[in-house]
This record gives sequence, structure tokens and C-alpha cells, in this order.
Amino acid sequence: MRIDRRELAAIFVGGMVGALGRFGMVEALPPHPGQWPWATFLVNVAGAFVLGYLSTRLQERLPLSSYRRPFLGTGFCGALTTFSTMQVELLDMLDDGAGGLAAGYAIASLTAGFLAIALATNLVRRARLTA
Amino acid sequence: MSAAIVVGVALLGGAGAVGRFVLDGTVTARVGRAFPYGTLAVNLTGALALGLLHGAGVGTDAIRLVGTGLLGAYTTFSTWTFESHRLGEDGRLRHGATNLVVSLVLGVACAWLGDRIGARL
Repeated sequence: MRIDRRELAAIFVGGMVGALGRFGMVEALPPHPGQWPWATFLVNVAGAFVLGYLSTRLQERLPLSSYRRPFLGTGFCGALTTFSTMQVELLDMLDDGAGGLAAGYAIASLTAGFLAIALATNLVRRARLTA
Repeated sequence: MSAAIVVGVALLGGAGAVGRFVLDGTVTARVGRAFPYGTLAVNLTGALALGLLHGAGVGTDAIRLVGTGLLGAYTTFSTWTFESHRLGEDGRLRHGATNLVVSLVLGVACAWLGDRIGARL
């Protein structure tokens, strides 16, 4: 794999900002056993929207070869959102016998995340058509 | 909470994002881009590691630093759903749906496995 130090630096700094944003959300909305994990849910859906928006913009509208994608996409959005925490939250729900909550959380996260990306993608493409 | 924790979360978050980029790139270079195995590898290893911490019952600050900071940033929800959406757009709806469902099922299984291993440590 080709190593580009500036690209790695952009990912590192974006990752710092994204992780801090998620950490702040977790501290503001601390999770409680048996309840909907709002912090993870909100950062995941918001991060999906931002990634959908800027990936479409960067791939289809702006010139390549900038450090925006590693900084904002791989770094910030990747680190703002999380898979591991979501899986452990689901495991806790299943261990507590809250299968309905787990199913609702999984389905709502995937549906909202997917729709956020579809919506962001369409917003960028529509703007291009009318521009 | 000390400022050192906040700084630690930021630094470990940056390291997690770089780790994700490196593993994703390594896997993708080997198996190609037809299916997002790179993100899958990142997310499953991260779920296993966080399950391990959870099972081992580590303290609040360790969870903040390694769980929220490092592993939270290492794994990703946005890229996972984005790649699934783009597979669907490329006419490979089944691959996209498979990516969502398989990641989810294996993710919980990896978290469970890590949790059981961690509980024995």
C-alpha cells in the first residue's frame, strides 16, 4: 500500500475531531441499560448523512486529489460514527432479554442510516441538475 | 473527568481512524472492491475487541479511552451504510443488503465472542 503522509495526517486529525464529537454526545446523553442508546443512534445517522453528502459532492462535483475526503470522510465521519459500540449495545439488550428493543434499534439504525445517505446523495445530485 | 481523558480520546480516535484506513486498504488491495470486505474486517475486529473489554469489565476511563476513543473511531457506521447504498445503486441490491445483514449478525456474534473471552481473563 502506498503511504501518503499528508493523507494519513488528514485522516488522523479528522478522526480526532470525529471521536471528540461522539465522546461529547456520549457524555451529554449517557446510555442507560434497557433504554434506547440515543447518543450512538444520533451520531451514526448524522455521520451517515454527512458522509453521503460530501462523498457524492467530492466524487461527482469537485476535482479529485484534495485532502478533503480523507479528512472529512475517512477521518471525521468514520470516527464520528461507530459500529463496535452499536454491536455491544445490541449484545447487552439481547443479554437482558430485550429482544424487541434490540431488533428495533438495529432496524431503526440501518433504515435511518440508509435513508440519510440516499437523501444526502439526492440533495447533491438535484443541486447539480438545477445549477 | 480530567483533561487528559479528553486529549486521550482525541489522540486514540485519530489513531483508530488511521488504523481503519490502513486495514481497509490492505484488505481491499488483496481482495478487490467488488464487495466491501475491508470495512467488514475493520468492523468485526473492532466489535470483537470492544466485546473483550466489555467482558473483562474494565473501568470507566478505560472504556472512554479505548472503547469510545480508539475502537469507536476505528469502526464505522457511516462507511458501512454508504457502501451498502452504493452497491444497491450499482444494481447489486443483493450485495448491499447482504453487506448490511451479514455485518450486523457477525458483528453481534463477534461482540458476544469477545465478551465471553473477556469474562475469562
